[in-house]
Amino acid sequence: MRLKQFAGVASVLALATAPALAAEPIKIGFVTTLTTPAAVIGKDQQNAVNLAIEHMGAKMGGRDVKVIFGDDEFNPQKGKQKTEKLVKRDKVDIVAGYIWSHVLMASAKTVLDSGKILISANAGPSALAGKRCNKNFFNISWQNDQTTMAMGEVLNKRGIKTLYIIAPNYAAGKNMVSGVERTFKGKVVGKDMTKWPTQIDWAAEFTKVKSVNPDAVFIFYPGKHGGAFIKQYQQAGLAGRVPLYSAYTIDSIALPKLQKAGLKGVLGTYMTQQWAPDMKNAQNQKFVADFRAKYGTYPSFYASQAYDSMFFIKSAVDAVGGKISNTDGMRAALEKADFPSVRGALSMGKNHFPVQNFYLRKVEKDADGNWTTRVKDVVYTNHVDPYAKDCKM
Amino acid sequence: MDFALLAEQTLNGVQLGILLFLLAAGLTLVFGIMDFVNLAHGSFYMLGAFLFATFYTWTDSFVLGIVLGLPATLLVGIFTEVTCLRTLYTRDHLDQVLATFGLILFFNQLVQVIWPLDGIAVPMPAYLDGAVNVGLGIEYPIYRIMIIASGLAVAATLYFVVVRTRLGMLIRAGASNRTMVGALGVDIKLLFSCVFGLGAALAGLAGMLITPVISATSGMGEQILILAFVVIVIGGIGSIRGAFIAAIIAGLIDTLGRSFLDVILLAVLPVNAAEAAGPALSSMLIYILMAAVLFFRPQGLFPPQRR
Repeated sequence: MRLKQFAGVASVLALATAPALAAEPIKIGFVTTLTTPAAVIGKDQQNAVNLAIEHMGAKMGGRDVKVIFGDDEFNPQKGKQKTEKLVKRDKVDIVAGYIWSHVLMASAKTVLDSGKILISANAGPSALAGKRCNKNFFNISWQNDQTTMAMGEVLNKRGIKTLYIIAPNYAAGKNMVSGVERTFKGKVVGKDMTKWPTQIDWAAEFTKVKSVNPDAVFIFYPGKHGGAFIKQYQQAGLAGRVPLYSAYTIDSIALPKLQKAGLKGVLGTYMTQQWAPDMKNAQNQKFVADFRAKYGTYPSFYASQAYDSMFFIKSAVDAVGGKISNTDGMRAALEKADFPSVRGALSMGKNHFPVQNFYLRKVEKDADGNWTTRVKDVVYTNHVDPYAKDCKM
Repeated sequence: MDFALLAEQTLNGVQLGILLFLLAAGLTLVFGIMDFVNLAHGSFYMLGAFLFATFYTWTDSFVLGIVLGLPATLLVGIFTEVTCLRTLYTRDHLDQVLATFGLILFFNQLVQVIWPLDGIAVPMPAYLDGAVNVGLGIEYPIYRIMIIASGLAVAATLYFVVVRTRLGMLIRAGASNRTMVGALGVDIKLLFSCVFGLGAALAGLAGMLITPVISATSGMGEQILILAFVVIVIGGIGSIRGAFIAAIIAGLIDTLGRSFLDVILLAVLPVNAAEAAGPALSSMLIYILMAAVLFFRPQGLFPPQRR
């Protein structure tokens, strides 16, 4: 694992071998998951970060850039340790990354107490968006509730009257469910909160779904659970019988595996998200094309946010002319969010979470027959998360 | 609560119980006969799943995957026993826990090195896909019926081996009094290797049977290992019959709890409290059962006769 980190650092270093290193390079710490099965997500982010650095010629504000990756091992304590190492030993200038809300919550204090800027590339826990918002914390993904609030609106629009919810019984799972319930106007006829992450067989829940026979099923199962769920949903004969709606479950990491296993039940299902690989802006087209050329698969939304995070940082470093220690200047520039995002233009809310659009995506085949997701509709325009009003900043 | 729903959930519970039995059978033998705590038992479940998935992918045959995967897991089990674990039998339980915990980390990392990080998914064979009517208007997946049937067949075979054959006699004797079996001239080392390999193969079989449903992933063993330990504690350590009955009980309690506990709680508690308590309580049920068994009958429900 050390070796892999070293390899990651070395590859970035190799890119950064500019002639005559006059000034110290800018050091960015990026915490993600590089071991355990959840590492497939972390690798996707790592690939996107490396691609972003390559695309910017490994320069920000005229200075060389070096990214140091930290492996959180899908564990809050380890995440905090790695964050401490990045801040205290490696003395990075800025910290970014974090897939998991619980890891971010455990690590945030370490960065913020040191007076450095922290940028979440995925996790969007409600606490940091609301009461515990911080002037040096920025989020470049979304707040946890938003995506499923959009899903609730979609369900209303599509005439779903009865809904069955299945989600894991942990913090993010509860957030996602409360998001749907906040906007869904029909009746929730069943709700199963399953043991996380140990329960990977849903036979009992599917039997209940069959007996209730709802208009739709909504699920939230990030990572490997998503693929297993879809698989069993089809095996239980529910695919095609009860429409499946999801959030953060079917992504570019799961789809190639599902396609390989021939699980056609996932085609035609809907989800909500702030980004999709088929969005038409120039930044996204370059990102998706080069990512596919280099790594062979579509980037996941995790990757898109990691890629965005690097250009987000670059916009601020450019604005202060490479003087990254000028935290006030950095912060002012980040608040403008003046960078080319792969999801199109967005602005920063007063709680430092993006104010952005949310889209309805559908799983379809692309021109070459690969399974991917495409934007079908805009659900929210410039949506502000529900916790922003609690932020006194 | 209608009868068909209850019947289908019972089938689900039995199916989970069968899987638990395959894991617990090996664990209880190793623990009971060798007095050896093997935390790495779940690793054979995982290795079985990965070996099966690999052979299945190579040969494109589900049956060949199992036929090749079983002896492969057996060999890995015997190899591990001979190279790493044999020296630990005379040490105390804490040393065994430490060493086999190390093995868990080793095997988890090993499969991440050999196979893709996010594991292997295999397709359901076409002839096992789909559902059949099993009466009462219940459409039940063929594959899950197959899991139940093969588990029962294994249980019957094991029963025959343990009760009717010379190997079984030695195993039973070993569970009752190891030292005496050794004193009577039985090659205890060989017996232990056989039992360990058998246990590993049974755990591997459980992993193979579940792979088309959940995919083979690193760390999958630990998720189910704890349940297997609960089962052998309830059933009585060293008893195959106890493991079988306790596994079915645990499977039923877990499944029926997940299915009906929230409905029952809703009848007596306000909605919010019931929604919060339901999932928490249903995931605790079998541990509560274990605690109760330990309190009233610490030797387990069907312990082997000790002499």
